[in-house]
Amino acid sequence: MGELAAFMILSLVTLIPAVVVVTSSNIVRAALSLVPTFLGVTGLYVMLQAEFVAGIQVLIYAGAITVLILFVIMLTAGGTGARTRQINEQVPLGAMAAVWLAFVLIVIFSRTVWPVLAGALPAYNVIAVGNAFLTDYVLIFEVTSLVLLVSLVGAIVIARREE
Amino acid sequence: MPWFIELLKATGLAVVIFTFLAVVSAMFGVYLERKISGWIQARLGPKHVGPQGLLQTVADTVKLLQKEHITPRNADALIFNAAPVIVAVAALLDWIVIPFGKFGGRVLVVRDINIGVLYFAAMASVTVIGIISGGWSSNNKYALLGGLRSAAQMISYEIPLALGILWVAMVAGTLSTVGIVDAQVKQGSWFMFKLPPPIGWFGLPFGILASLTFLTAATAEVNRVPFDLPEAESELVAGYFAEYTGMRFALFQLGEYGEMFGMAGVATIMFFGGWTEPHLQPWMWLLVTLASLVVVAVILFSGLRQTLLVRPILILASLGFLLSLVMFFGSRAGLSPVLPSPVWFLTKLFALVFFLMWMRWTYPRLRLDQLLNLSWKVLLPLGLLNLVATGFVLTAWGR
Repeated sequence: MGELAAFMILSLVTLIPAVVVVTSSNIVRAALSLVPTFLGVTGLYVMLQAEFVAGIQVLIYAGAITVLILFVIMLTAGGTGARTRQINEQVPLGAMAAVWLAFVLIVIFSRTVWPVLAGALPAYNVIAVGNAFLTDYVLIFEVTSLVLLVSLVGAIVIARREE
Repeated sequence: MPWFIELLKATGLAVVIFTFLAVVSAMFGVYLERKISGWIQARLGPKHVGPQGLLQTVADTVKLLQKEHITPRNADALIFNAAPVIVAVAALLDWIVIPFGKFGGRVLVVRDINIGVLYFAAMASVTVIGIISGGWSSNNKYALLGGLRSAAQMISYEIPLALGILWVAMVAGTLSTVGIVDAQVKQGSWFMFKLPPPIGWFGLPFGILASLTFLTAATAEVNRVPFDLPEAESELVAGYFAEYTGMRFALFQLGEYGEMFGMAGVATIMFFGGWTEPHLQPWMWLLVTLASLVVVAVILFSGLRQTLLVRPILILASLGFLLSLVMFFGSRAGLSPVLPSPVWFLTKLFALVFFLMWMRWTYPRLRLDQLLNLSWKVLLPLGLLNLVATGFVLTAWGR
């Protein structure tokens, strides 16, 4: 019962600002609304007992990604004052696609047999995450790091060219 | 435990922490800052309200409470009013994981969560959102510049800060703040000086490097001189809170000082043994007592007394003299913990806060490019190398 109530509240905290993100005509407000959305998702992670992922979610998404988005908006000439239209004449088309996607997702979710009985959680899942990254998924982990490194080098190259 | 007792407990503890933050860290911190800065610069500092100006900050707070809230006409009112609350609440949330000591077998901490220091870093990073949104919503070029500077600075310095936390997590083998202190109790020394046996004293350079990197990054993270570009008075009026009045301005101050005390608290826990008492032989305490007495005497009875630069050393030496005298007689009398553990935690905390204030009033402000160079070209490689080297040492000779 308490879990359900917490889930409902966290979903509202996640979804209401998410609506603001896609509808607000003020782009800074839209970007700032991402913060409660990310924090709501953090709450959902905590409910799933994935506290390490929750901490990383706040650190990276709420603390860094949002700030980066705001930074870019504020450095763009005329980026902050402009009243952006988030809706154009393709609304019916988009709505149809969204309804179709929602229908497909609901069908899939209701038809799938979800494994309800999960295994026992490790008492300290930071160690489990670390072990998984460096044993079973080490290749994926390294390739992801390589992608980040390439984007870092790319950003430096682009920034150097202007000089 | 039923949920309403849990809720009552949370509310009560929030009130306690907030009072601690507001009274001890913000009011007392501002008073200390003004007194110490005056003392370092041969001024008097606050003097008239209360004995030695002790009630000056209380009077200032009452004054700020009475002031009108002014929202600039073209400001984004909603964000403008929310920003100081974000900063203050983020500073408040930092304190949940900081243990103050032990009382009858129980650790005095609001909640010992198993991602303690990661949680702390996450909450410290939320502060940036408050600062950047406050700077933007003021609709003032100085405030906007301050907010942008703070975003660039805090994102850059989060990385060396996280590397320092990672170093401690690697050595201690846990992220929990209580666990980190327990690991230092187990090895019998602070992480700043020793690594777990059999490495011991050979870990000294790693520990000192890690703690210096962390402290530098922490100073930058709380926007203090020499890293106070976001609020540089001489160029940006007051930076991101230039347009704020009354209690909202005070909330920014509360956030800043709460964050500074929080950083000092986490540094105490990670590198200086938290609430634990240093264990030395009585003759060693006597040695420390005599050494600090000699330092005090040399400063007081020579020409050095006129030099402003040695004043902080004088105060540290005299405090060290008092403390080691108490410890000498206490350990001679055979008391096992001579002083209660919260006293030790607060002593270490205030020593670090004093150190931060000393830095503030000694060094000039860095330029923006120097600031970013320091983070990306000095602290980041140093932190990474230290992490790799310590990891190598730990796996080669440690566990």
